[in-house]
Amino acid sequence: MSLLLFLEQTLNGLQLGVTLFLMAAGLTLVFGIMNMVNLAHGSLYMVGAFFAASFTQWTGSFFLALPLAILATFVVGVLVEAIALRTLYARDHLDQVLATFGLILFFNELTKIIWGPISIFMDVPPLLSGRVELIAGAPYPIYRLAVLAVGLAVALGLWWLIARTRLGMLIRAGASNREMVGALGVDISRLYMLVFGLGAALAALAGAMAGPIYVVEVGMGDAMLIKTFVVIVIGGIGSIRGAFVAAVIVGLVDTFGRIVPAQLGLPTAIAEMAIYILMAFVLFFKPTGLFAARA
Amino acid sequence: MAAATESLLAVDGLVKRFGGLLATDNVSLGIREGEIHAIIGPNGAGKTTLIAQLAGEILPNAGTIRFAGTDVTGLTVDARARLGIARSYQITQIFKGFTALDNVAMAVQAQDGHNFRAWAPARADENLRKPAAAILERVGLGARADVRAVNLAHGEQRQLEIAMALATRPRLLLLDEPMAGMGKDESERMTALLAKLKGEETILLIEHDMDVVFALADRISVLVYGRVIATGKPDEIRANVDVRAAYLGDGDA
Amino acid sequence: MTGLKLDRRTWFVIVLLAALALLPLVAIATDNDYQIAQFRRILIFAIAAVSLDLILGYGGMVSLGHAAFFGVGAYIVAILNWHAAREVPLFGMMLGTHNVLVTWTAAVVLSGALAGLIGLVSLRTTGIYFIMITLAFAQMVYFFFVSLRAYGGDDGLRFPGDTVILGLIDTENDVAFYYLVFGILCAVLYATRRLVNSRFGMVVQGCRENERRMKALGFATFRYKLACFALAGALAGLAGALFAANESYISPSIMHWTRSGDLIVMVVLGGMGTLIGPVVGALAFLFLEKTLPDYTEHWMVVFGPILLLLVLFARRGIFGWFLPKEDRHGGSH
Ligand SMILES: Nc1ncnc2c1ncn2[C@@H]1O[C@H](COP(=O)(O)OP(=O)(O)OP(=O)(O)O)[C@@H](O)[C@H]1O
Ligand SMILES: [Mg+2]
Repeated sequence: MSLLLFLEQTLNGLQLGVTLFLMAAGLTLVFGIMNMVNLAHGSLYMVGAFFAASFTQWTGSFFLALPLAILATFVVGVLVEAIALRTLYARDHLDQVLATFGLILFFNELTKIIWGPISIFMDVPPLLSGRVELIAGAPYPIYRLAVLAVGLAVALGLWWLIARTRLGMLIRAGASNREMVGALGVDISRLYMLVFGLGAALAALAGAMAGPIYVVEVGMGDAMLIKTFVVIVIGGIGSIRGAFVAAVIVGLVDTFGRIVPAQLGLPTAIAEMAIYILMAFVLFFKPTGLFAARA
Repeated sequence: MAAATESLLAVDGLVKRFGGLLATDNVSLGIREGEIHAIIGPNGAGKTTLIAQLAGEILPNAGTIRFAGTDVTGLTVDARARLGIARSYQITQIFKGFTALDNVAMAVQAQDGHNFRAWAPARADENLRKPAAAILERVGLGARADVRAVNLAHGEQRQLEIAMALATRPRLLLLDEPMAGMGKDESERMTALLAKLKGEETILLIEHDMDVVFALADRISVLVYGRVIATGKPDEIRANVDVRAAYLGDGDA
Repeated sequence: MTGLKLDRRTWFVIVLLAALALLPLVAIATDNDYQIAQFRRILIFAIAAVSLDLILGYGGMVSLGHAAFFGVGAYIVAILNWHAAREVPLFGMMLGTHNVLVTWTAAVVLSGALAGLIGLVSLRTTGIYFIMITLAFAQMVYFFFVSLRAYGGDDGLRFPGDTVILGLIDTENDVAFYYLVFGILCAVLYATRRLVNSRFGMVVQGCRENERRMKALGFATFRYKLACFALAGALAGLAGALFAANESYISPSIMHWTRSGDLIVMVVLGGMGTLIGPVVGALAFLFLEKTLPDYTEHWMVVFGPILLLLVLFARRGIFGWFLPKEDRHGGSH
């Protein structure tokens, strides 16, 4: 592999990594704080992307559409939490799996009804189109760099939120010891709603930014969802730091898993399987992930 | 090596830390065959943590646990149970969806084995049902055999848990607050049951009710802040200055 | 004492099985013969659902990857048949065969072995981790078959199956093949019923009820759960083998993770932890899947919320409603 290809793929891997992190950050908190399996998180990613596509069309500006899409998905997320999920916190994992599986079917179909079955191709916003030569001889799309930068900025912002604010303190406490937060006299259901809405907003951001890179289509969240699970499980449920580290690892492994085996003459079967092999490997040695929040 | 006087259970220098908290502070303890050895101490003293280490659910940071002459410090929970350590929990752990008889039969099966038999109906197996029914009688639940555990009264569930522990034919019973959450009648029944077991079983008993402890125990150890501050016969403990200062204080309520 | 209760359950089972036994005859009498292959499919998924009930309903193991074992069983049969038809050597030998004694056995053994391997890692985890890791392993298997270009990859594999099974049953003969599948379903139901009530079955249920207590009693729970997991995988593989024989065409989509979700829906819809319930669940699910689209193309938008309502208000499933209260297994509660 040439050095240039290596660098380009590393950037691609990092960009996938931060996208995965945006997905995983919210979901790992839902898993950790509410002890809740939510399969429908990928649907919020999809909904965010569709909102972004439509708002871009209406407003004519991706940069206007982005916050609108995030806000709209936040509302959808909070509504879903209030209507469907809230009653499931006290149920067992099987119930949660089943109910949120139903939500996936619902959202995929509803999206098809509203936006039609045809994929939408979003343009890269003009301001960010084109390529730059970060390294001489290897032009790299500006938009992808922007995604990477936004992802890192959000990761920093989240770190600040979790480590430095009262809300973050409650979230951390909740992720490692649910009963304690209740004992502190905090309105648990509001905390849950906030965390869920935050997760929805982050998923929407990931989906909206992914729009111009991939295609916006029904079911786009499902593939992303499962990769997100891999990230969360490797990182350790409830741990933001774990989610970040694992997201970067998974992003890189997934990206290089697609080119390295072919170059080494290995069966290409390994490509799609790489991250799952990685996950099995990690869990074999650390059954609760790298940075489990709960003892 | 196992001298005639060696305890059935010998704990030596046990230490358990939870972060900065020293939950078990260099505990050494011996339980003799046939005795009821009570452990008392205020809430949070580390009693449950100690039992959990004896049973194998929590691994200590340091120290050894010897049982019947073998070092069991590194063994899993189930391996220790097969050696003869049975326990009850502070919060009842039973099979809620099973009938009382099925609960005990499960425990009988634990030491009877043949767990891979996958054809013959277990509920028609006299080798399991008969001993299970006998033990239910012994703890006074004979009439409740066919009731689902979830439908038993709290006190009955506690009795059932002890029946299960007995059904494994243990050499040592670890009982973590068997009267926890019980009403007066229920407590009296449980006390009677424990009195019945006295002399027949070796028991490590954690209990807050001092009347019960002083009536039943052959020896008592006092645990405060994870540390054993005294061990002795009930009279010695009553008279012990440290214990009075640290624990019995103004006389317990 | 329990006579009346048992009667109700037994009646249900008798009526259900009798109805299934009569189904092809009714179909022929009403000129609906073409539907018999469809009915066979229902029975095949019923077998898969029953196998999932073993781990889900009795073992309390929420596996989101069961379709992988079903798919592997199907692919084993397909690949062996394909090699036999093309006369292409497999692993350098003429391993391809049409003989169902070989192909079906291979399907059962290999999917069981795969389940054993996957269980070996997965069962070290619990709770959400277990759900996620079974899902991930299933994805791994799914992508493995997607990437097997030699066997059609994404597009799947069409193969000429054996037309005469053991010199007795003609798979072209819809009715005879139906009764073979029906017979296998009955055998599976009987064997699993014995199993769950045996010593082994009690251990597995004990693990569902309270694994901590099981360990404290002295059970090395891991090995029993693993055995149950592998057995369920093997049975799913058997269902997959029958599926391959039924369709003569398979593709990786049969082991897509949503298929695992469908299997869970069948089990819970019919009544988890009852064995017969999942048969009803498979019937109901496949019936809905077939008829709802007649009313609206967007039937999923109805079906999704139905699942939510099922969870919230009808957790005992269809068969559960027929059982007296004490007789219901609570599942993993
Ligand atoms: N898993 C754990 N992680 C952190 N700290 C723990 C853990 N388990 C127990 N502790 C702490 O260790 C100390 C001893 O707890 P333990 O439950 O053993 O006390 P106890 O003597 O059984 O109390 P009680 O009479 O209330 O049952 C307590 O301060 C408790 O908060
Ligand atoms: Mg305690």
